[in-house]
Amino acid sequence: MYTAKVTRKVIYHVLVVIFGFIMIYPVLWMIAGSFKDNSEILRGSLSLIPKAVKASNYSTGWKGFAGTSFARFFLNSFIITVVATLGTVISSSLVAYAFCRINFKGRKFWFTCMLATMMLPSQVIMIPSFLIWYRIGLADSYVPLILPYYCGQAFFIYQMMQFMKGIPRELDEAATIDGCSKYTIYTNIILPLLKPSIVTTVIIQFYWKWDDYMGPLLYLSKPESYTASLAIKMFADAASKTDYGAMFAMSTLSLVPVFLIFLIFNRYLVEGIGTSGLKG
Amino acid sequence: MAEKAEKTSAFSRFMNSNQTVGYVFAFPFIFGFICFSFIPIVTSFYYSFTDYSMGSKTLTYVGFKNFLQLFSDDVFIKSLGITIKYVLLSVPLKLAFALLVAFVLTRKSNMVTLYRSLYYVPSLVGGSVAVALVWKQLFARKGLINVVLADMGLKTVNWFGDQKLALYPLILMTVWQFGSSMIIFAAGLKEIPVTYYEAARIDGANGPQTFARITLPCLSPIILYNLVMQTIQAFMSFTQAFVITQGGPNNGTMLYALNVYNQAFKYNHMGYACAMSWFMLIVMSIITLVIFKTSRFWVFSEGGED
Repeated sequence: MYTAKVTRKVIYHVLVVIFGFIMIYPVLWMIAGSFKDNSEILRGSLSLIPKAVKASNYSTGWKGFAGTSFARFFLNSFIITVVATLGTVISSSLVAYAFCRINFKGRKFWFTCMLATMMLPSQVIMIPSFLIWYRIGLADSYVPLILPYYCGQAFFIYQMMQFMKGIPRELDEAATIDGCSKYTIYTNIILPLLKPSIVTTVIIQFYWKWDDYMGPLLYLSKPESYTASLAIKMFADAASKTDYGAMFAMSTLSLVPVFLIFLIFNRYLVEGIGTSGLKG
Repeated sequence: MAEKAEKTSAFSRFMNSNQTVGYVFAFPFIFGFICFSFIPIVTSFYYSFTDYSMGSKTLTYVGFKNFLQLFSDDVFIKSLGITIKYVLLSVPLKLAFALLVAFVLTRKSNMVTLYRSLYYVPSLVGGSVAVALVWKQLFARKGLINVVLADMGLKTVNWFGDQKLALYPLILMTVWQFGSSMIIFAAGLKEIPVTYYEAARIDGANGPQTFARITLPCLSPIILYNLVMQTIQAFMSFTQAFVITQGGPNNGTMLYALNVYNQAFKYNHMGYACAMSWFMLIVMSIITLVIFKTSRFWVFSEGGED
């Protein structure tokens, strides 16, 4: 009986690990590819260990295109992502607080509008938005890529509201008796308790924005303002033969910030999910 | 207290009224909704009845011409069919995987958190150009997938050369990114009271019965949420097709969003592209409505959906 249980446990873990390995294999293969020679990549080698480590892929790739190096592309991505993520957190938490805690006229109406935007396909908005930004003369700037993120993101407002519902209203009442206004309740009570939800927002919004391709593709036309994702695509577009090694090297680098954010906050992500449960 | 109340000026009473506080906090959304959703939608609606193109000075009202043209546009009809096929295959598979893995990973074990992170990795990086390029290479003619097929003694396949096959690597890539749905399912599974399972065990239910009678009904509101969100997201898929196949071969992977993008920014048919996106909006509204209407029959909502 005991051994059967142990065997089953071992089988479970082995299967989960093997399947997980297959899941992340493409990513590992890319990292390995960043140290491989072009010919080895093109042969479709399964191996995760390069025959001869070719670290020069990184220096070649880093040079970038048309005199703009990847230092610039990464900096651009970083600025857009950090500023937009910050905007999402601030604005979404403000709006979630209004919808969840304040009983104002028109709340139902605006809440319905928010649900509608959640289900609205972005393509419908894409073309006219572009034309409007173009007409204002801001099409070739970071403004269209950042400003909307300071107006609350429906998906995150909704997630934060779900979390906020779990914060007892008695805390608000106690704070009111202690002299808090509705503004200071937000800063002193809600915001600190919202931390797990904020962390989840930061992780998801960070990698959505970092990986975003369509936005920069539409709005950025000058190579020096390109983001990393646009620049990486240029490897594949090059008129001459694609330098796969360099492309994978820069691709690998481009995933580092996403992984770092995930590794740093992963613990909180799970915590955030845990507290939204019944036991929380 | 009375003294304090007197000090409260009319201004601060105004500032602290529910109306003011509500609109102060909701302002970012209301401003954004009007500027970045409402006005563009109305503009798009207006343009869809015109022959607008960028740079042109004149703008002619063409009535329903753009909409009628859709149905005689072979590329459009093909892209609509392909997109529906893509959505119908990728979304159910993705949700099934997400649910299965979330269920398998509910066991109490220190390793589960680690495993869950492992399975989340594709979602974390999958939307990036980097991974799309890797995918393109994996399914290339001499790519890794074909090498594996050859090693197993099977025929190699020209994935992106055959319009009937090219969609499948894209579908696989979408299914591969089941991590975010999985996380939401995992959170939902945690909320099912243990007592339900205990009661089922006492009644002599086996594993599959428990899953069908307790797990699925309790998760149904979350399945609905994931279904709606993933369907909408799948209809909007763009980056993969744009980076990997550019819609080819012979428009075999011309996903709807890519087609709209091409019409607008490649061919500068802004009016026509707006009509296409409005058609999409109508189709998706109908689908969402159908999902919600039918959900009455399969979503179990005794505890209320939250």
